[in-house]
Amino acid sequence: METIAIVDYGMGNLRSVAKAFAHVAPEQRVLITADAREIANAERVVLPGQAAMPESMVALNASGLREVLLEASKTRPFFGVCLGLQMLFETTEEGATDALGYLPGHCVRFPSPHRDHDGSTLKVPHMGWNAVHIPAHARAHPCWAGLDDGSAFYFAHSFYAVPDTAETLVGSANYPDPICAAAARGNIFAVQFHPEKSAAAGLRVLKNFSTWNGAF
Amino acid sequence: MLCKRIIPCLDIKDGRVVKGVNFVGLRDAGDPVEVAKRYNDQGADELCFLDITASIEGRGLLFDLIERVASQVFIPLTVGGGVKTAEDLRPLLNAGADKVSINTAGVNDPSIFNKASHFYGAQCVVAAIDAKKKSSGDGWEVFVHGGRTATGKDAIAWAREVADRGAGEILLTSMDRDGAKIGFDLELTRAVADAVSVPVIASGGVGNLQHLVDGVLKGRADAVLAASIFHYGEHTVGEAKAMMRAAGIRVRL
Repeated sequence: METIAIVDYGMGNLRSVAKAFAHVAPEQRVLITADAREIANAERVVLPGQAAMPESMVALNASGLREVLLEASKTRPFFGVCLGLQMLFETTEEGATDALGYLPGHCVRFPSPHRDHDGSTLKVPHMGWNAVHIPAHARAHPCWAGLDDGSAFYFAHSFYAVPDTAETLVGSANYPDPICAAAARGNIFAVQFHPEKSAAAGLRVLKNFSTWNGAF
Repeated sequence: MLCKRIIPCLDIKDGRVVKGVNFVGLRDAGDPVEVAKRYNDQGADELCFLDITASIEGRGLLFDLIERVASQVFIPLTVGGGVKTAEDLRPLLNAGADKVSINTAGVNDPSIFNKASHFYGAQCVVAAIDAKKKSSGDGWEVFVHGGRTATGKDAIAWAREVADRGAGEILLTSMDRDGAKIGFDLELTRAVADAVSVPVIASGGVGNLQHLVDGVLKGRADAVLAASIFHYGEHTVGEAKAMMRAAGIRVRL
């Protein structure tokens, strides 16, 4: 039986992600774990996240899991969700915290006030369902299998990642300009939206990840 | 671009969905999982559960209910009612709630918004504001304890304060309109929506689908909440979305 390890570093709500994986991958073991050995032994690793980056990085560093996560990020299907995507980049504006640095780029906050192209105010957090556009180079990514370009997913965030390289960006949402909705490199795939809260489209992404071998 | 959201609201008592007018003549309206699934199938963008349980036993049943719904319905769930301290968010979030709404406790101790936002993130902290037109006609006053207690607070100023303190969203209910089925208080909705940078959910007064359209186009709400028009089978969420789309509003279909 294969295992999906959902990394518990003491922050945020991991249960929703676990429930959704249990729903789409009933034949797999879904573990919420803070145990380095369990993470090291899992076939797939999920880094979820909510709340604020500085507190989360402090918690992650204190958890002693950085080493096993770095190893996993190089060797097996690795999935980041929301803040779990942002943490994969190098630094964040929020508290200027060093992040994990698996992907080249940094994170920024939506400006305040945040303006639409017509000058009207856009709300922050970016909260609700938005269409995700998949760039041509990423359409064949196994984690996007069965999903149409422009499918809607549920977002809830005030910060977003800015990848340094175009090929790292594998999904974008307009608010009003394109922001990073998904990032990937090698065996890493991460989403800014909440697939566990995005109904059928989100469950499909999770299902895809649960069967992905990490190759792209 | 971001879609406007439709949020059916369910009243919960002792772990069951109940229906009634102004909490009088409550009757069982079925298993919460089944009701939640039905709305999910209709295309609801989120669900809101309002716990009107008064007992500790009933509270335990609420956690069980959230747990069961969250295991089978994969859209955002907001839970409100009975939150007294920032620590009260944890068991609700653990059970599967994505957002928790805070009403009376926030007026009693506004620092609950700062604390909750700091620990759990602004995205899961909803400030519920029940507002009523002032008798002077000049603005709206905040009420608590399910609308029974006047606070003397101005609704617009209070909305700004809770957003500044870290609430990620405002659930705004017009007490004048609640249950009246004559539409949202659009003036109130627009005044609050324009006053804060966080999303505003309009609530109270929906009697037909045009009211939902008006809430967005005239009230500038980011989301619209309704109960009875969906509960009694008058309309489906799908019909509401079709109507909103026909009015030029971006919705998730």
